[in-house]
Amino acid sequence: MIPEELEKIALATRAEQEALSHQLRVCTGTGCLALHSDHLKDSLTSVIKQRGLEQSCAVKGVGCMGLCALGPLVAIQPQSTLYQRVTVDDAIAIIDHLDTQPIDHLLCPTDIPFFQRQHKIVLENTGQIDPDHIEDYIAADGYTALIQALTEMTPSEVIEQVVRSGLRGRGGAGYPTGLKWSTVSKVRSTRKFVICNGDEGDPGAFMDRSVLESDPHRIIEGMALAAYAVGASEGFIYVRGEYDLAIKRLKTAIRQAERLGILGKSICSTTFDFHLETRLGAGAFVCGEETALIATIEGQRGNPRPRPPYPAEYGLWGFPTLINNVETLANIPPIIRNGGDWFAAIGIDHSKGTKVFSLTGPVRNTGLIEVPMGMTLREIIFEVGGGMTEGHAFKAVQTGGPSGGCLPEQHLDLPVGYDSLAQVGTIMGSGGMIVIDDTASMVDVARYFMEFCKTESCGKCVPCRVGTVQLSNLLGRFTEGSATAEDLTLLEELCDLVKQTSLCGLGQSAPNPVLSTLRYFRNEYLAHMAKGVATQ
Amino acid sequence: MTLPIRVRTLKIDDRDVSAREDETILEVARENGIDIPSLCYLEGLSAVGGCRLCLVDVRGVPRPVPACVTRVEEGMQITTNSERIVKYRRMNLELLFTEGNHICAVCVSNGRCELQGLAQSFGMTHVHFPYLYPQLKVDASHERYVIDHNRCVLCMRCVRVCDEIEGAHTWDVMGRGIEAQVITDLNQPWGTSDTCTSCGKCVHVCPTGALFEKGKSVAEMLKKRQFLPYLKLMREEHV
Repeated sequence: MIPEELEKIALATRAEQEALSHQLRVCTGTGCLALHSDHLKDSLTSVIKQRGLEQSCAVKGVGCMGLCALGPLVAIQPQSTLYQRVTVDDAIAIIDHLDTQPIDHLLCPTDIPFFQRQHKIVLENTGQIDPDHIEDYIAADGYTALIQALTEMTPSEVIEQVVRSGLRGRGGAGYPTGLKWSTVSKVRSTRKFVICNGDEGDPGAFMDRSVLESDPHRIIEGMALAAYAVGASEGFIYVRGEYDLAIKRLKTAIRQAERLGILGKSICSTTFDFHLETRLGAGAFVCGEETALIATIEGQRGNPRPRPPYPAEYGLWGFPTLINNVETLANIPPIIRNGGDWFAAIGIDHSKGTKVFSLTGPVRNTGLIEVPMGMTLREIIFEVGGGMTEGHAFKAVQTGGPSGGCLPEQHLDLPVGYDSLAQVGTIMGSGGMIVIDDTASMVDVARYFMEFCKTESCGKCVPCRVGTVQLSNLLGRFTEGSATAEDLTLLEELCDLVKQTSLCGLGQSAPNPVLSTLRYFRNEYLAHMAKGVATQ
Repeated sequence: MTLPIRVRTLKIDDRDVSAREDETILEVARENGIDIPSLCYLEGLSAVGGCRLCLVDVRGVPRPVPACVTRVEEGMQITTNSERIVKYRRMNLELLFTEGNHICAVCVSNGRCELQGLAQSFGMTHVHFPYLYPQLKVDASHERYVIDHNRCVLCMRCVRVCDEIEGAHTWDVMGRGIEAQVITDLNQPWGTSDTCTSCGKCVHVCPTGALFEKGKSVAEMLKKRQFLPYLKLMREEHV
């Protein structure tokens, strides 16, 4: 693959698409697929065939369009018509109305805040391109950043741009990406690895899944750029085994990239080699922890080990290893394409760029959104999210999954950023955002997450293995109304112990949902206690 | 050019000590007669940092660190016995007691058990948490040895000694979280294991009465660990 060849593919694909008078984009993300959007795509295709419109109309399966609540979605370009809740029976009508007025009852307004207030960088291609066709990605400026880096930039220049961008890890901890890259690049070694962490395990989170399903080539490009920057020539994409579709599309994407010479030996006629393989998780939350993830790639039990040494120094099979989350890597190609300063201009201090959230709970527009850092929780939930569904009142919002916390109404005007969220007792996390209504008991919410951590603890260290069981039992005493004042003291002491003395991030953050609900909804704990005392 | 091993100086409990750069806090503390409790650590085996009893405070580090796996650094200031550290250690020890069924009066290791010894040294008379009373099995299928899971503290010494010293890797871990337990081969009765060499190393490194020899009385069930430092020394590579 040389730059000219890439240009040729891009031009040819664009010309092909511009020749069409209508391109029908059917969402084939997991949400819409569950509502049989694949059948819809087939019937649209066959109607077009029956009418002999193949020359002017084409149907394309695309990744998640975000508004999962109203799926299956069909977008018609270049007219920018968006149809919602489309069924197989609507196929004929849609084709009939291509050149006339759009069908009113299917029309989804695109001037609503859900679309207007989003800022898409990571998701710029999702819902636009066909994830199964590398040409589509190339036509959308795909792989130009990689070619540009390989032909015009030194590895340290690539790192320089990432440092300037201010990008921080999107997996949860928010470690500066540029710093991580430069650390790995500085370690001298005959072999280095790049790993993409796609073991998204938080309940209610589907950001990485959607990116992998909708735009797999973006991750490949991000990883190749990372490998070039740190001096690695081998990479692994670690994906949850449950993500069938993501795995399938990734494998297809890797094969296509290899065929075009974007992966493999002497990429772009340079001395840079990069080989990429997928590895599947087997359903353990703890394997998202980097040292546990590395252990499983090595074929060991997925247990974390104490750090330091960090993987940057001593990672996969003892070699220096760069490990980044899916969303982090998805930000890399645009950063290289547009420069680090462009990215740093988006967002707020210490939290640059955008963040993808999977918005769930009783809000109108549940789905996948990408907003600039610094947007307030209120804007996210009540504007982008469209507010609470009828009959539900807002009570709290949970971010960061089992490692995060719940925030009450008083913090709704908080600008979303790594540091601002940490200050009020939760974390940015990987991007799960669960809205909780007034019917939920916050003690139940805390117990749900503690149960999760209890079953997902690996069992290696005592505070996490036994502490989470004791915490979960204690919370059970609250939910059943038999807790005493001593139980509350014990609960707080145990939270402190598990947080302070656990070996890895799972245990260290497991008490967060309890601590944050104790901080903002302490009266609910007290109410449960009083009830218990009264019945004794 | 490889640099010769360098020396570090640091402070443990306000005492100035020196150490080789490849030593851990625990090793240096013990060389200097400073007591740090530990359970999963055993000299001669790799350290895993699982029991969280050897936690110490290092100035400038927000969380306590496990002394057994933390290397010394120049100018480190370590506190081994602050109030908070002692409290954490004791709570973790209590948690260990609640997760198993540790009844000293009927245990073959009574009087020589490391878990019991730790409890005594902490002056522990009771635990603050409810006992979990799990239903666990005893496997006496092996000709000479028995594993009683009720007394197991999951220190993984047996797993490590079998893998690292004996080279058999009969022992491993199965299950997650509180369900985790040590198993022989593919979770089959110990007596049917194809890989076990019946060497007994696992029995002798076990800190409690979880692994013991059949037919031995409390007075006879001595755990002899002299072989470990000896084998480690003999196998050391001298360049």
